[in-house]
Amino acid sequence: MKKNKALEKIQQRCQALYEDLNLATVRAWKAEAPGRKAIGFMPVYIPREILHAAGILPVGLMGADIEIIRGDAYFQSYICHIPRSTIEMAVNGSLDALDGVIFPSICDVIRNLSGMWKMMFPDKYSKYLDLPQNFTPGLAGEYYIAELRTLAADMERLSGHRITDDALRESIRLYNRNRELVLELYDLRAEKPWQVRTVELYLLLRAGNLLPVEEHNAMLEAYREAIEGEERQALDNSRIVLTGAFCEQPPLGLIHTIERSGCYIVDDDFVLGSRFLTAPIPEEGDPVANIAQTFLDHAMETPFVYIAEKEKGEALVRQCRRRRGEGVIFSAASFCDPALLDQPMVSAAVEREGIPYTEFKYAENTGQFQVIKEQTGTFSDSIKLWGNE
Amino acid sequence: MSAQVTRIKPEADQPLPGNEVQKERSMVLQKEMIASHYKALAASAETGCKVVYTFVPGNLNELIGSFDNLLPVHPEINALQNAMRKRTGKMVLEAEKLGHSEDVCAYVKADIGMARSGNIGPSGTRIPDPHLLLLSYTGCFTFLKWFELLREEYNAPVAMLHTPYQGDGIVTDSMRAYMVRQIKEEVIPKLEKVSGRKFDIDKLREMLARSRQAEDDLVAVLESAKNVPSPIDAYFGAVYYIGPIFSAFRGTEAAVEYYRELRKEVEARLAAGQGPVTPEGEMGPERYRLVVEGPPNWTSFRDFWKMFYDEGAVVVASSYAKVGGLYDQGFRHDPEHPLESLADYCFGCYTNLNLPSRVALLSKYVREYQADGFLINSIKSCNSFSAGQLLILREVEQRTGIAGGFVESDLVDPRYFSGANIKTRMESYFQMIEQKRKGAA
Repeated sequence: MKKNKALEKIQQRCQALYEDLNLATVRAWKAEAPGRKAIGFMPVYIPREILHAAGILPVGLMGADIEIIRGDAYFQSYICHIPRSTIEMAVNGSLDALDGVIFPSICDVIRNLSGMWKMMFPDKYSKYLDLPQNFTPGLAGEYYIAELRTLAADMERLSGHRITDDALRESIRLYNRNRELVLELYDLRAEKPWQVRTVELYLLLRAGNLLPVEEHNAMLEAYREAIEGEERQALDNSRIVLTGAFCEQPPLGLIHTIERSGCYIVDDDFVLGSRFLTAPIPEEGDPVANIAQTFLDHAMETPFVYIAEKEKGEALVRQCRRRRGEGVIFSAASFCDPALLDQPMVSAAVEREGIPYTEFKYAENTGQFQVIKEQTGTFSDSIKLWGNE
Repeated sequence: MSAQVTRIKPEADQPLPGNEVQKERSMVLQKEMIASHYKALAASAETGCKVVYTFVPGNLNELIGSFDNLLPVHPEINALQNAMRKRTGKMVLEAEKLGHSEDVCAYVKADIGMARSGNIGPSGTRIPDPHLLLLSYTGCFTFLKWFELLREEYNAPVAMLHTPYQGDGIVTDSMRAYMVRQIKEEVIPKLEKVSGRKFDIDKLREMLARSRQAEDDLVAVLESAKNVPSPIDAYFGAVYYIGPIFSAFRGTEAAVEYYRELRKEVEARLAAGQGPVTPEGEMGPERYRLVVEGPPNWTSFRDFWKMFYDEGAVVVASSYAKVGGLYDQGFRHDPEHPLESLADYCFGCYTNLNLPSRVALLSKYVREYQADGFLINSIKSCNSFSAGQLLILREVEQRTGIAGGFVESDLVDPRYFSGANIKTRMESYFQMIEQKRKGAA
């Protein structure tokens, strides 16, 4: 009973953080000590360790399902939704707690949003972080290290704190632990999906967008402990891997809908920055070089990363096998170039392997889930009925 | 003295309703150059030439050409030329049937559709399969996915050239060193392997020297639009002017000759006080001078152009004419620093500039070319151009005080060109410019 209360408390905290669109949590953190700075970042991945080592709070921005009043005036109808809500929140003051925003390279929309930010908020820090796309060994290392050193110098200037190697190594250690804890929960969910509900796991990851990593690590550990004492009923659901939702996030209701339609999500790419590096960053040696090299050697194979030699879709098939996925749901945001351009190649690979799949598009403000419920419910039923044929 | 104009009958597969098309002599030259290139491609199996697919922005044409036995193919040029011949509608649908989303770039879908329909190019001959995909990832994320798709299609090797974006409006030493390293250690070895020949830096230098000559003449042509009236249209007309230098001909003698000829023609038109040549002949009196942002629509290219010249509107500067290089801002290929120069060329392509740089450039064009209108043709397919254009519109209006206009269409998907809608908008826009003039008076 005690553990249930612990779980309930974590759930409530996560839900409150998810709904904290005005970044009250960030304001409170900044108010605890004078001079503290917070920097937002767009999906998917930035080296948060560098910000942390400068004493800066990295804040993950993932858009929101909010009423758009001014954001639509900046984007044509054929552009995805996340830049609209992001601009909306910026112009309505919701993001005022941020001292700047980093825009990692993921697509042309996020890239151009970085330039819009420079024009619209000239007094705030704004950085386009061009992650290397040439993964041929030895080619991109020096460039990326130089980019990271520039970022580190910017963070030092902004925070007034020098980033020592030791501080950066400590930050690496904390984020390695964070990735480890997240992956353990992903493993546990794949093992017992009835025990770790995706909605809960998703909200835990979203909490990591706002909390200092030390606090988030403690929360992940507490959840793990709390969930192990829970007894939840296993259902006769299908095990599916969901892919395509790495940037603009679906509304929470849509994740609920998929689960309730008879699908256990046993792997996904929600809030992907939390586990984008598939190996820990070495904690000894030159920390900047280690961050760079780990990215080059162990970046996750996703639609926004150029895949040089490997076969397209191989990673998803592997993921599906490892998680004992019985089917794949391609769930991309409307007008998402990386996901939608990738999909024909990856779905062909999945099909070649005899893995069933279905696909739909969403936007972060999708309000009607009935059609999707019918689609994923039918998909789940079809796996149950004919999946082994 | 007036420029020579040749009347040409439209090609049989190019149903241009009504009148014959009028073309300047340089256009005839260009037509021959393009035809010879497609012929060379069609004959490549016999001649032993190898085929390298690459993209227009950030293309390393001199490097490819320096091997003597490599022929470039630019998939986006195939797509746009097919669109001008009204063929891409089916190609796009073919790709969508294969699972490509209606939301994504129609260039990609037209290319996939063409590949799945026998790979018959715009000239009616088969485009050979690539021996190498040179992925010049410059200013457009879709390029990455496009060549992943083509690699699946053709099982061809890829040489990756990642051009870092000018996010802060500058090119750093480490960005340049990264590019040079990729060219040296990835691109050249893969070109050598496909070619079977060693890279010859002196041949590259020779080609770069020729590029420079042609670039000087191109800039003179583009800048002729600073005159009133302008002797050229720097958007619709410039599509033809930039053709050779943005594609297979930069660094060749043919391109040097073409641009020399073109410059002569334009200077003659200027001396004679003539305006641009349109598909229907000499344009009437110049009434509006516009700066245009964004690529043109290709499926209804002539209809779109007609909406301008019928109203006496001439485009005096356009960002599209800079998508394959920003020569008018001083960049020249440099034989003394060949690889660095290729890197700098890639950095400077228009869509590799950040939005503040784009706004500054467009505002500069408005002032330097004495424009009285700024129009955006926003392309559904192209987020690289389009994301942020509504802010660009406001910023340019604010900085220059001129009237801004906004229309939407697509590159090669005919479903997204609504002629009546765009025409109504254009008419209203010209009225807006008139009102603004009256207000100013």
